[in-house]
Formats: sequence, structure tokens, C-alpha cells
Amino acid sequence: MAEVTNQELVQALTEKFGGQIIGVNEPYGLLTFETHKDSIINVLTFLKENSIANFNFLTDITAVHYPEKKHGIAVVYHLHSMVKRIRVRVKVFIDENHPTIPTATTLWNAANWMERETYDFFGVRFEGHPDLRRILNMDELGVHPMLKQYPLEDPNRVDKKDEYFGR
Amino acid sequence: MNHNQPVYTDNDPQDELVTLNLGPTHPATHGVFQNVIQLDGERIVSGVSTIGYIHRAFEKIAEHRPFYQITPLTDRLNYCSSPINNMGWHMTVEKLLNIQLPKRVDYLRVIIMELSRIADHIICNTIIAQDTGATTTFLYLFQFREHIYEIFEEVCGARLTTNIGRIGGFERNFNEIAFTKINKFLKEFPVALREFESLLNRNRIFIDRTAGVAAVSAEQALDYGWTGPLLRSAGVDYDVRVSDPYASYQDFDFEVPVGTSGDIYDRYLVRNEEMWQSLRLIEQGLEKLKQEPSDIFHADVPEFYLPAKEEVYNNMEALIYHFKIVMGEIDAPKAEVYHSVEGGNGELGFYLINDGGRTPYRLHFRRPSFINYQMFAPMSKGMLLSDAIINMSSMNIIAGELDA
Repeated sequence: MAEVTNQELVQALTEKFGGQIIGVNEPYGLLTFETHKDSIINVLTFLKENSIANFNFLTDITAVHYPEKKHGIAVVYHLHSMVKRIRVRVKVFIDENHPTIPTATTLWNAANWMERETYDFFGVRFEGHPDLRRILNMDELGVHPMLKQYPLEDPNRVDKKDEYFGR
Repeated sequence: MNHNQPVYTDNDPQDELVTLNLGPTHPATHGVFQNVIQLDGERIVSGVSTIGYIHRAFEKIAEHRPFYQITPLTDRLNYCSSPINNMGWHMTVEKLLNIQLPKRVDYLRVIIMELSRIADHIICNTIIAQDTGATTTFLYLFQFREHIYEIFEEVCGARLTTNIGRIGGFERNFNEIAFTKINKFLKEFPVALREFESLLNRNRIFIDRTAGVAAVSAEQALDYGWTGPLLRSAGVDYDVRVSDPYASYQDFDFEVPVGTSGDIYDRYLVRNEEMWQSLRLIEQGLEKLKQEPSDIFHADVPEFYLPAKEEVYNNMEALIYHFKIVMGEIDAPKAEVYHSVEGGNGELGFYLINDGGRTPYRLHFRRPSFINYQMFAPMSKGMLLSDAIINMSSMNIIAGELDA
């Protein structure tokens, strides 16, 4: 079992996808790169099925909201190759006003609830998901509470202003 | 097996199916979550899992708390093994801050984490036995969870939601009573565990109820994101302690037990064997501690490690650091980090994004119970109701970790 380095992975990815792989870096040794919404499923399929690393395991799907950015929602995938003992993080920045992205349930059944959770909290619509309902919050909630515009505390309370706590 | 479909069925022209609400507060679920299942006689035709009954918005709260205030939130994820969650979170922050810990702290952590793993597995395995009708075994082994909690109490003052340790180490050194209690536990627990195994491992009723029930192949387990004892029982030797060693697990000699068929009996055996391995780890940890200076229980990082109270009252520098840490004004790099530990139920991951503010910009918990549990409804199709109940106990779904 030969180990695979991040450089070899990046090389294989750029050979295959060229300009679709952007923003490559390695915070704390974990290979991280961005790609576009149109190519995400191809990238994930390639990562899952290629012979260099064989990322057989979907560790996690989540999202991050950056309200000041143009494409304000980052959908973050963590993949893991148990064979080569290497992890990779893939990010896709999507438009906050039309947060849609193809589903990864076609590749891993594990993606089902992870995507439902991401939809529940960030409103990201995973196109082709078989059962995209809220999962932890009640169906009547009406908002996607992890978006940054929703405050943690009741905004009407005068004793719990965030600036008093420096948050 | 592709069950990516909503699993209600309307194909019931003669109105023969019975709809049963299993939960939210049903004794067999061992937690607050609901399954609406349709039964044809004793067989499950379809089921829908509804979760979120104790959702407490930890990820949102975490965005408004400085790092050290997030530890009590992690207590309440898998509350059967809180120390693993606490230390997983501490190690995530230490990774972000590039803190190197003294070996003694790592070994102390391993001892506490393995004790909590035993506590976690005691709960799961005794409850499988309980649900198959063997109350005696439950009572025999369960008292040792109490002994483990007494050790935690000696180390940190709390029992269930421990808030054990600090960023950079422990809040205080282990006292003599703690070591005495650990040694006493190491002497008494193997006897009880052996007795527990002799009551169940070759027990005809137990084997009939568990062997071959709810078998899962390695491919299915990986496809559904299973980790921990569940994945290992299906034959995949993945353990975070070995694949990405943290807290000096690479210094220890232990084995990763794997099953073959992924059925309930294998899960039970894997968890039992892990308890034996945890005992080995604790013994080795105690042995290794003898080589280390006995007064070190935290790293020398005053900017990040909360000083002792008497220091704060008498020492200017300690007061400044105390103030800065409590107000969340520590200098943490603007970066993102993923760290995972082997929790009682599998890979417990922390994805932390820090933007240089006083609180995390984003913190996401990869919760093994949440991800393991999504196979429950699809795999229950065609199963007997009584088998599905044991299947659920053997998955060790902890509602706190399920809902976060």
C-alpha cells in the first residue's frame, strides 16, 4: 500500500479537471480545494473511483455562511480514503439567493441525512435528493437558522445585546 | 440495497397494516426519538425515523461562545462518554493553536478516554442483553459504570456531564484517590466482564436472538457512513486511534477487533473485546505514567490554559491571562481545522473555522450516532419488530449526539 501525497492528488485532479480545481491549499496538512457547482459531482465521483487514493468514505457534508461574499454559502465535503489514510476537503461556493447544488446521494447513501441537515440549517437545495425535508428543526420553522442574519438571542431583549459580550 | 426513498407505503388495499408509533418516549428506544412503523403482523413493512426532539442548536450557540465555553456543550453530545467529547474538542483547539502537550497529559487523557469508552460499551452491551430478556447481566455489569463515574468525580468533580480537562491539559492533577480507584477498577472489572461474557457469549437464547439478525455487509456499512464498533463488526478495521493517532495512541500496544458479518452478535462481541483492549490501554497508560514527572498535568501555554484561581488572585500575569481567556481574547490563527477522535460510537469529528474573532466562525460536529442511525429505517424493512428493537439497542443511538 503505497502512500499518496497531496501533491500527487492535486496533480491528478488538475490533469483531469484543469481550471475547475481552484484555491488549493493545505491547512494543517489536510488538502483543501474549491470547485464549481457544475463539476462537483464529477470531482466527487473521480475522487471516489480513481485508483490513486480511492476516497471510499464520505465523512461529512456541511455548509458555512459568509454573508459578505458574492457566493455566500460554502458547501463543504470531507472525504476519507481509508485505504491510503488520507483525507480531503472539497468546497463549493454557491449563490446565497439561489442555493442549489446537485446531490451526492447518488454516490453515498450516507449523504442523505447530511444533506437534509445542511438543507435544514442553511437552506441549500440538493437537486435530485430523494427526500429533502427538514431533519432536526420543526417543519413550520420557516427560516434556516444557521444563516448569519439570524441572531442567537431574542433581538427584543435589552439585557442580552451581543456587543456587551463582544460577540 | 437502495432505500433512498421515503418509506411509507400506501399499498394496503385491505387495510391490514398496523401503524405503530415507536417513540418519542418509548422505553425500547432508550432516548427521545420517534419511529413510525407499519406492521404486517410482526413484520415491519416500512418505517420513518423522526429525530430532533432534543435539538439544542449547539452549532449556533458555539458561534457565540469563546472556545473554553464550548466544552460543556460537547458534554451533552454523547453523554454516556462525555470525556471523549471534551478531549476531542480540546485537541481540536490545540491543533488549531499548535500546542504540543507533554506526554504525561496525553497518557492521562488516554486513561480517561478509555474509561469512558468502557462506560459507553457497558451501557450498550448490557442493554442489548436487557432487550433480549437478560436483566441479570445488566445489573451485574452496570454497577461498574458507577465506579467509572466515581473516578471521573475524583478527577474533575462531575460525573455525567464532566467538562473534564481544559485546553492544554487538565484543570488539576490526579490525586492519590483517583489512582487508587483506577487500580481497584482494573482489578475488579475484568472479573465481572468475564462473568458477563460467560453468561452471554455462549448463551443459546442470546445467540438465537442476535446471531444473523440485522447483518450488514462492509460495503453497505461504508456506503452509509458507519464508523466505530458498527463498522468494525462488519469487517472493516477502521479506528481513528490507529489511522490518525491523537493523544499519543501510537505509543500504545492494542488491537482493533473486527467482526465478520456485521450482525448484532458481532457488534456485541466487538464491543466486549474493545473493553478488554481499553483495559490493556489503561494498564499501559498507568505504567507509562511512572516514567513521567508526576507534577505535570498541563502544557506550559499560559496564553491559552486557564490559570488556577489562587494564581489569579495573587499573580498579575495570571490575572491578565485569566481576563484575556475569559473574555475570549486569545490570539488564535485564522484557519480551519478538522480533527476527529474515536468516540464510543465512531468517528466524532470537529470542523472548526476560526476567523480571528472571540468565538468560532463556524463549528460543525460530525456526530457518529446521527450518521449511523440513518440506516435504521431502511434496514428494518422486512425485519421482525422484536429484532428491530435489539438492532436499535445494538446501534447505541444516544439522543444527545443524534440531535446536537
